Amino acid sequence: MTAPREFRILSTTAILGYGYPLESFERGLAREPHLLGVDAGSSDPGPYYLGSGKSFTDRACVKRDLRHMLREGVRRGIPVIVGSAGGAGARPHLDWCLEIVRELAREEQLQFKMGIITADVPKETVLTALRAGRVHPMDQVPPLTEEAVRESTHVVAQMGPEPLIRALDAGCQVVIAGRCYDPAVFSAPALRAGYPPGLAIHLGKILECAAIAATPGSGADCALGTLTDDAFVVEALNPARRFTVESTAAHTLYEKSDPWHLPGPGGELNLEQCSFTELADGRVQVKGTRFVPSPKYMLKLEGARCTGYRAACVAGTRDPIMIGQIDSVLQAVRAQVDKLLQGEKVSGRIFTHVYGLNGVMGSLEPVKITAAHELGLLIEAVAATQAEADSLCGLFRSTLMHYGYPGRISTAGNLAFPFSPSDMALGKLFEFSVYHLLETEGLDLFPLTVESV
Amino acid sequence: MKQKLTDVARVIRSKNSGPFELTLDIMFKDRAAFEAFRARGVLTPAVVARLYGVPEPHILKFIYFEPANAVKVTMRRPLPSGAPGDSDIYGAQQHAPLMAFESDA
Repeated sequence: MTAPREFRILSTTAILGYGYPLESFERGLAREPHLLGVDAGSSDPGPYYLGSGKSFTDRACVKRDLRHMLREGVRRGIPVIVGSAGGAGARPHLDWCLEIVRELAREEQLQFKMGIITADVPKETVLTALRAGRVHPMDQVPPLTEEAVRESTHVVAQMGPEPLIRALDAGCQVVIAGRCYDPAVFSAPALRAGYPPGLAIHLGKILECAAIAATPGSGADCALGTLTDDAFVVEALNPARRFTVESTAAHTLYEKSDPWHLPGPGGELNLEQCSFTELADGRVQVKGTRFVPSPKYMLKLEGARCTGYRAACVAGTRDPIMIGQIDSVLQAVRAQVDKLLQGEKVSGRIFTHVYGLNGVMGSLEPVKITAAHELGLLIEAVAATQAEADSLCGLFRSTLMHYGYPGRISTAGNLAFPFSPSDMALGKLFEFSVYHLLETEGLDLFPLTVESV
Repeated sequence: MKQKLTDVARVIRSKNSGPFELTLDIMFKDRAAFEAFRARGVLTPAVVARLYGVPEPHILKFIYFEPANAVKVTMRRPLPSGAPGDSDIYGAQQHAPLMAFESDA
């Protein structure tokens, strides 16, 4: 009897640039993996990064993480796949990552065939689909408008495994892809090798966060997945961590709204028949996850647009009389600022984040009266131009500093500022403008370019 | 006698589920604690809505997930992540009202 075939995947870290111990990486390499994969992105850090084209990860840290993956991958002939390059995975993010890859190739004297896959969706494509009724909002998202599409600086689609498989078919040793559905990086080569999609994608879902799903969890350590035709096994590569049934199952909850049904490109993972079994040595075996194709192949679109400029000021108060009436003080200052600006060409919005009262939870905060002896204030001003945001922020700050609230004893000033200057011009403000599903019938959204590095 | 959720749960956490939803996870210490809590039925969408001071329709999903001995509650975000006035981009610090939850044992 021959041993069942298996496909081993080494996921180095939760997000490229978060780091991983070389000891774990080497333990993983010793297992002769068929793939070195890493997810480089997320929409979690908010809309700014997608909108501005900047990475939320640090260049030096990304370079460090990639260096070992590229060197060992190329030397051993193991494919290296990076998904959602540069964080948000639009063209500028991808270019940023490619520059690091080329730099590393020179420094390490590596030669390889590199597949580059973009995930940007031309606005015309989105508009055409929108007019044809082929764009659908995600839950809790308003319907897409043509204006929102036009105003977006970048629109990307989360690619499934298919474009990555094409790059591997083209013989690419290294694949650097724009925005990906996170598990696709890991499932693509396994699907290409003919493993069952339910298991391959579920394994990808765990590996995209590497050792976060282990216990103790870490976003900066490696994990190894071993896929066979009827199960997969996950394990940590650091003796300090292990996978347990609970840690592995719990990961299915992470950042998802329904752990039994996990939608993705082309269908959903169904965990209703899924079983988790603890094996020796901190490993967990998973069986029974099914992939259920959807009637139409849908991809998630993400876009962000600039909706104004922001200025902010941080200050604190230690005055018990002011703290006791902080809500009414802020309301009165707001009214005074509004009145002052009547007839002026300055307009915008002020948000006050009152730390020690409800700065963290805002309207969801059930505690209405603070027992704090000091409060932190973050004044946020948003306007159509930076100049207006600066004016609003400054005016609110100076008015609050010297506002004569009822019963005031401390008449020299109401605020403690940690910095001079007290106000910060924060530049462009981006908001998510597109978070919708696109029916992709007949579209090829992820062109592949092959480059000899 | 009151039973605190923190006495039977090992993990109580919140996080974005995409930029427009907030999801709360409660993981119990073991299967027995999970089953006992579920059987008592003291946490419902209406209770979560009251804890967070939101209308009940804002509680979008309320799901028991046996493999992790967990309850998951997904709710509407007051503001999309990163919108002006948003206070928690990752949604990672919206769990505390659940930590204060207690019920008649």
